Amino acid sequence: MATLFGSGIKRREDPRLITGNATYTDDVKLPGLTYAMFVRSPYAHAKITSISVDAARKAPGVVAVFTGRDVKDKLIPVPCAWNPPNCDLKVPPHPQLAWEKVRYVGDAVAMVVAETRAQARDAVDLVEVDYEPLGATADPEKAAQPGAAQLHAEVPGNIAFIWTVAGGDAEAAFKSAEVTVSQRIVQQRLLPTAMEARAAVASYNRGSGQLTLWCTSQNPHIHRFLCSVMLKLPEHRVRVIAPEVGGGFGSKIPVYPDEVLTAFAAMTLGRPVKWTEDRSENYKVTIHGRDHIEYVEMCGTRDGRITGLRTKVYAGLGGYASTAAPGIPTILHGLVYSGAYTIANIHGVIHGVYTNGTPVDAYRGAGRPEAAYLIERLVDIFARKIGMDPVEVRRRNFIPKDRFPYTVATGITYDSGNYEAALDKAVGMLGYRAFRAEQEKARRQGRYLGVGVVSYIEICGSGPGQVAAAIGFGGGQYESAIVRVYPTGMVRVYIGASPHGQGEETTFAQIVADEFGYPVESVEIVHGDTDNTPQGWGTYGSRTTAVGGSAVKNAAVKVKEKARALAAHLLEANEADLEWKDGKFQVKGSPDKAKGFAELALMANVAWNMPAGMEPGLEASAFFDPSNFVFPFGSHICTVEVDIETGQVKILRYIAVDDCGLQINPMIVDGQIHGGVIQGIGEALQEIAVYDDEAQLLTGTMMDYAVPKASQMPTIETAHTITPSPVNPLGVKGCGEAGTIASAAAVVNAVCDALSPLGILHIDKPLTPARVWAAIQKAKGAKS
Amino acid sequence: MIPVSFDYVRAGSVKEALNLLAAGDGSKVIAGGHSLLPMMRFRLVQSPRLVDISRLDELKGVQEFKKGVRIGAATPYADLVGNALLRERCPIVAEVAAGIADIQVRNRGTIGGSLAHADPASDMPAVMLALDAEFQLRSKKGGRRTAKARGFFQGAFATAMAEGELLTDILIGGMGRNAAAYVSFDSAASGYAIAGVCASVGRKRATISEIAVAFTGVGEIAFLAGSFEPVVGTKCDLAVVEKSATEALAGIDIGGDVHAPADYRRHLAVVAAKRAVQTAYERAGA
Repeated sequence: MATLFGSGIKRREDPRLITGNATYTDDVKLPGLTYAMFVRSPYAHAKITSISVDAARKAPGVVAVFTGRDVKDKLIPVPCAWNPPNCDLKVPPHPQLAWEKVRYVGDAVAMVVAETRAQARDAVDLVEVDYEPLGATADPEKAAQPGAAQLHAEVPGNIAFIWTVAGGDAEAAFKSAEVTVSQRIVQQRLLPTAMEARAAVASYNRGSGQLTLWCTSQNPHIHRFLCSVMLKLPEHRVRVIAPEVGGGFGSKIPVYPDEVLTAFAAMTLGRPVKWTEDRSENYKVTIHGRDHIEYVEMCGTRDGRITGLRTKVYAGLGGYASTAAPGIPTILHGLVYSGAYTIANIHGVIHGVYTNGTPVDAYRGAGRPEAAYLIERLVDIFARKIGMDPVEVRRRNFIPKDRFPYTVATGITYDSGNYEAALDKAVGMLGYRAFRAEQEKARRQGRYLGVGVVSYIEICGSGPGQVAAAIGFGGGQYESAIVRVYPTGMVRVYIGASPHGQGEETTFAQIVADEFGYPVESVEIVHGDTDNTPQGWGTYGSRTTAVGGSAVKNAAVKVKEKARALAAHLLEANEADLEWKDGKFQVKGSPDKAKGFAELALMANVAWNMPAGMEPGLEASAFFDPSNFVFPFGSHICTVEVDIETGQVKILRYIAVDDCGLQINPMIVDGQIHGGVIQGIGEALQEIAVYDDEAQLLTGTMMDYAVPKASQMPTIETAHTITPSPVNPLGVKGCGEAGTIASAAAVVNAVCDALSPLGILHIDKPLTPARVWAAIQKAKGAKS
Repeated sequence: MIPVSFDYVRAGSVKEALNLLAAGDGSKVIAGGHSLLPMMRFRLVQSPRLVDISRLDELKGVQEFKKGVRIGAATPYADLVGNALLRERCPIVAEVAAGIADIQVRNRGTIGGSLAHADPASDMPAVMLALDAEFQLRSKKGGRRTAKARGFFQGAFATAMAEGELLTDILIGGMGRNAAAYVSFDSAASGYAIAGVCASVGRKRATISEIAVAFTGVGEIAFLAGSFEPVVGTKCDLAVVEKSATEALAGIDIGGDVHAPADYRRHLAVVAAKRAVQTAYERAGA
């Protein structure tokens, strides 16, 4: 029987999504619903000298106005949930509504609740706030300098933490190195821009004391826990529902002040409250990504062996420590400094810095794209310095395929890999040598072609629990599933993870349907409601298939084992004499003596004839705690032509060879790669959140922030190698972030390669035409 | 993103629209709304009343006008893209319309709306200037009048239109054997021109006999350059074009922003001028 595992069937969630039949948070309507809006700071850093809400309270339709002083004693401040070890993390109080000081443009100072959204909006304009502006900067390096404006009294010098990663002896390696290269690299702030902005709807039942919060969450169980803490409610009285969620890319991991305040207002007023973010608000207050200023050095031998990597990084956190923020530039960044290579000596010092920007947290890849980018840029710069082809330098430094599991200098152990195979495939798809010849010819005609190669690894599917504790993550990293078989044989699977566009309603059903010999239609995947799903930790970090999928598999296996025992009983045979064939348990050699899964489901659920000691019913739950992370990898190659008269970059080809282990649904894998690559190309060529000298966001709308459009993007050629992971029963890794992790460096490497005849070594992304042109002018000026 | 409260009237005729606009109460005309509505949502525009002209057939379509075309002001861009008469007599307008924003915007946004809005970075004003178009305007008080495109654009979001006036038609005379080309470099975010140039060129055999060049996106407003006369008589000498373009931009106060610093924008405008003139020259010879 053909398996569904490995089959690129269409996504079952798509018809409802593309025909307008999906229910998002903003679609939730309740009797007596009121609407919240926030008064937000126009200053990046200021003392609040007075707030007057009288006029707003009297405005038509206004139900209530809350200020920071109204709520500060009733709510626990917003917590930070990731405290990496040995870095002395300082988390200053983060009030839901600022009452003494605002620390970034968009920091909320008051909440208006009214009968209609328009009335709430009008009343927002009537709240008068007097500010005394203070010095401000959104630049993490500047904010870390002596004399910079101080954001928090509890955090001298704005330094939230200094975290070090070290392995081998970097100092000695650099001292004795034949070749050393260095580069200052800026990894700009990005705006995650999920298609659906955030929203929350809260309803509080005063009779039962039960709070229901619908919200745009990637991890409803984490929302439940942190909301219960902040609202001082017992956790079992909080129900969080993440209905359809229109993308997150990390921005819907954190638990935000506005979501908690929506719940607080519903509890206080005894009426349901809805808050829906608009895009301008989204760009101001929903977390941003990246924001690193890095000083990177690499050393090695003249024959191309890389012996050391050293970094000093300023990572901007924004005005407050968001939920997972401290773990991003540390655990998810510094620990993968070895990349795909055997770099024996590594030393990195990461400064987490509070700035007057919007809080920064996980954005697709979260720390790993920043690591892949700095490594892969430096490999190219190193290759240029020693005059060796960058493909050859990569080959000489790969962890050999027969050395896995392999422990790198930073102390983590890669599960499996075959890096050269992926590179060979990508190089073959391009026709690398032919392209180099074409490039040579084009250069003689005054045309600038370039090729960029990246061999990345990433870390995802984190676990086990001891590791979560060791890295300071304030929760578990297992996942869970309940497989419940109905009397008619239909199956519902309740999972703790919370997919929001990735396709697990399809892929997880494929896993279960295969186990039971079913068509995929017989299996439904239920997620996103803490009242009917087992404890889970959410969908982020490319973890859901490796960890959650394994829980689903294990629960389905448990159910099948019980069905087997029941079948043996009903067939009056020994279990050992049964075989699973054509979707049935049958007595070996007697195909007429067989029980199909649906019949066994009925018999188990009516319990008319159970074996002695067997409970009725047919369901099982499983919690899967992986023994290690998984480490997807691959090689991407980008070719470009640069118009040196205008600085415009045209991508000629984009080739992505990714290895995410076994693939449940290759079409969905390709979709994830496409989306990831496009976000990385956006990062490489056009996306940047710009703050001015007063930390005002200048790219606060889509008129100024260049989200990639389909018409701007190249065709993406995908291919795969398959190296199963040994750490989970499915042999899978993750693929949600791979594209983003690889592609920014591939594009920038290509452009810098194209411009190498001009002596250009590095340009900071995004490589907008203006920046490329400026670099060309500078290079020409230096030459003449 | 909620505008202040406002009234809305869908006009049943141009006459009704003019009557409503004559009230002098700050009423705004809405056609496609793609510029107006965002400004209202940001509360940058707070108008007590919108007068919707988008369903007035008398303001739509492309007709013959002398040897050129008359375009109804409320014609959506999408209707211009494939219009056969326009493609034959004035193909540059269809070509530029096809490059504006995306399909959704082109289905709603109108040529007249864009011209009356006079965004300093929109494409059509440069085309109108290079082609020496005329605009028909109507009001209750002043009746009908015709204004030349050259002189119409007076500043950022400011035109020669009087209070209560409605742009009804765009008139473009015959182009004869002249040809035009438009080259723009656009913001990756908004799609608006960082620098755009429309060139209209006439030639006698290999020699340029006539030229008009208009810039958009670089200054306060789209403008016609007066400095390209030396190009006439050349066989499209790009060094002369470059000199003329540089001269045209010399007096212009070019601003920098997150998309393009001023020096880059100035440079791009020169490149756009060279490429537009070259293409128009080639087309005129075809």
